[in-house]
Amino acid sequence: MNSIDIVKGSGVPVRGNDIDTDRIIPARFLKCVTFEGLGANAFADDIAGLAAQGKVHPFRDPAYKNGSILVSNQNFGCGSSREHAPQALKRWGIRAIIAESYSEIFFGNCVAIGVPCYKVSHEVADKILAWIEAHPSEELVTSTESRTLKMGDETIELTLADGPRGQFLDGSWHARSALMANADKVQELAAKLPYMQFLK
Amino acid sequence: MGKSLYQKIFESHTVAKLPSGQYQLFIGLHLCHEVTSPQAFAQLREEGQKVLFPERTFATVDHIIPTTFPERNRPLKDGISEEMFSHIENNTKNNGIKFFGPATAEQGVIHIVGPEEGVTQPGMTIACGDSHTATHGAFGAIAFGIGTSQVADVLATQTLAMSPLKTRRIKFTGKLKPGVTAKDVALAYIAKLGVNGGVGYAYEFAGPVIEEMGMEGRMTVCNMAIEGGARVGYCNPDEKTFEYLKGRPYAPKADKWDEAVAYWKSVATDADAQFDDEVEINCDNLEPMVTWGITPAQAIPLNGNMPKIDEFEGSEKKVISEAYEYMGWEEGSKMIGRPIDIAFVGSCTNGRLSDLQAAAEIIKGHKVAPTVKMWVVPGSMKIKVEAEALGLDKIFKEAGAEWREAGCSLCLAMNPDKLKGRQVSASSSNRNFKGRQGSPTGRTILMSPAMVAAAAIEGCVTDVRKYIK
Ligand code: SF4
Repeated sequence: MNSIDIVKGSGVPVRGNDIDTDRIIPARFLKCVTFEGLGANAFADDIAGLAAQGKVHPFRDPAYKNGSILVSNQNFGCGSSREHAPQALKRWGIRAIIAESYSEIFFGNCVAIGVPCYKVSHEVADKILAWIEAHPSEELVTSTESRTLKMGDETIELTLADGPRGQFLDGSWHARSALMANADKVQELAAKLPYMQFLK
Repeated sequence: MGKSLYQKIFESHTVAKLPSGQYQLFIGLHLCHEVTSPQAFAQLREEGQKVLFPERTFATVDHIIPTTFPERNRPLKDGISEEMFSHIENNTKNNGIKFFGPATAEQGVIHIVGPEEGVTQPGMTIACGDSHTATHGAFGAIAFGIGTSQVADVLATQTLAMSPLKTRRIKFTGKLKPGVTAKDVALAYIAKLGVNGGVGYAYEFAGPVIEEMGMEGRMTVCNMAIEGGARVGYCNPDEKTFEYLKGRPYAPKADKWDEAVAYWKSVATDADAQFDDEVEINCDNLEPMVTWGITPAQAIPLNGNMPKIDEFEGSEKKVISEAYEYMGWEEGSKMIGRPIDIAFVGSCTNGRLSDLQAAAEIIKGHKVAPTVKMWVVPGSMKIKVEAEALGLDKIFKEAGAEWREAGCSLCLAMNPDKLKGRQVSASSSNRNFKGRQGSPTGRTILMSPAMVAAAAIEGCVTDVRKYIK
């Protein structure tokens, strides 16, 4: 599989803590047998909720229409294990995420579909959010190789653990190829597990 | 130095260290439902791969299935639901996977069916494309939710790429008072440690309160681990675990039983095991708990006051204000006495026989308030049969509640059971997220099944202890 390093594109500021998967993609849109078309419904309820108050959600705001780097605050993607949430973001056009922290399953699902999730401190998150709001159409550049964000003239350090960073760079984020390589060892281990004989 | 159950099972299931630094973990049991699996089966078909160990995967249909007739008759009226239903039927049939479907009266919520059929056993690694998979940890297994790409990984290789978690033992000491249940224990630890307190951890639930608890209660406690951020939660296996499994359709038969029990005992945490963190929660003064906000951690003792926004700072303050804005309550006020519209007993958290019994005991001889609709939804078709044999259906119907067919129902409303508008539900499920129960503005108050029954009688949040006979 391909290596994932540089992501270039404008930002999408989605402010708030604990933005859960039910908000990223409301449960009623999980009724599907393919992931295609999920992008159009990303944040559907938040969008409708804000529209009712005469406000516009960044995912509907024409200013961020072509954005590919989503920025948020703490515990982004908490809630359900559904891969529909990162899939919806990816199909909307998101290619990288920067937030203060993530739910683990969401982070893992993003790795599995090739979307790097970087961490920054609260202050830095707020700074990036404010910058994007002031420069909605300007390009940002993230790099898994150097773990940095280029924002205007500034280079900001991003946190990405060595494990997932390596996976993005060497292509093993697509886990299956590495798993398939050990087929013999899998059979060997299975033969040793006592409970393999318990099931009828 | 001794080891924890988590460490033992992780080690014995490690196939290899991967170039990424993660470990390749063998998955002893894989469970599937209709929402997160069709895309995974499609991936396998596209890549021309086969299911490697079809006999280690079991499936059911739970999220989309209607809980009333004639809506439940095939083909389902909702086209996409019918499509999902037939996908799981065909995918399991074509790959030689056992499907616990309605036709054989084995259907139910996946996390209820696994233990009920005895496929969930101690000492296993268990994965399912569903975040409440930790439920199975109650048996002394490492059980966790996975995403759809990982479902495809398990189908094709029976393994997953995983990183080991840190371990935290939560010791529940003291004794639960009457009217205080496993659900209250769950809401209490989440409230104490926060919605992301468990990120990066496997939780071991231990102490006298867990030892006293039956298997169904332990499942409730483990079920909600993810609501506290912990992907894995488990209890050590003991005599209660073995007793529960004995005689289940897929449990080890007599000739293998002693060998099985010996293995199960061997995986329990050693007396001198070390944990990365230890927490003690004394339950002597625990009260029935209710949530007031939009995360399961926003829970208070029944007679407590909701927090004041000013008690918080920065980002936390924002979350609290957002919860008040959505729920529409006055800050610092009480939950007791708040009117409800729907009372829901069911879900993989509290849809088992003992949960239905607890609710029936409270409602027996009373009527559901005229302003309330009460839905009682058994977690599986087998539970429904058992409950009817005990006459629970009659108790509920006489009280004016609806007695339904098995499924996820109102827990997340991907089926016809939904809140309308700003309705408030008293719910025995596990999530009170915004819009969770099918209406983008609907409101959920989480509580134990007995508390739901009491709320149904009075039409508002109330103290179940008044009704304990
Ligand atoms: S009952 Fe609710 S939490 Fe459990 S599997 Fe169904 S939808 Fe998920």
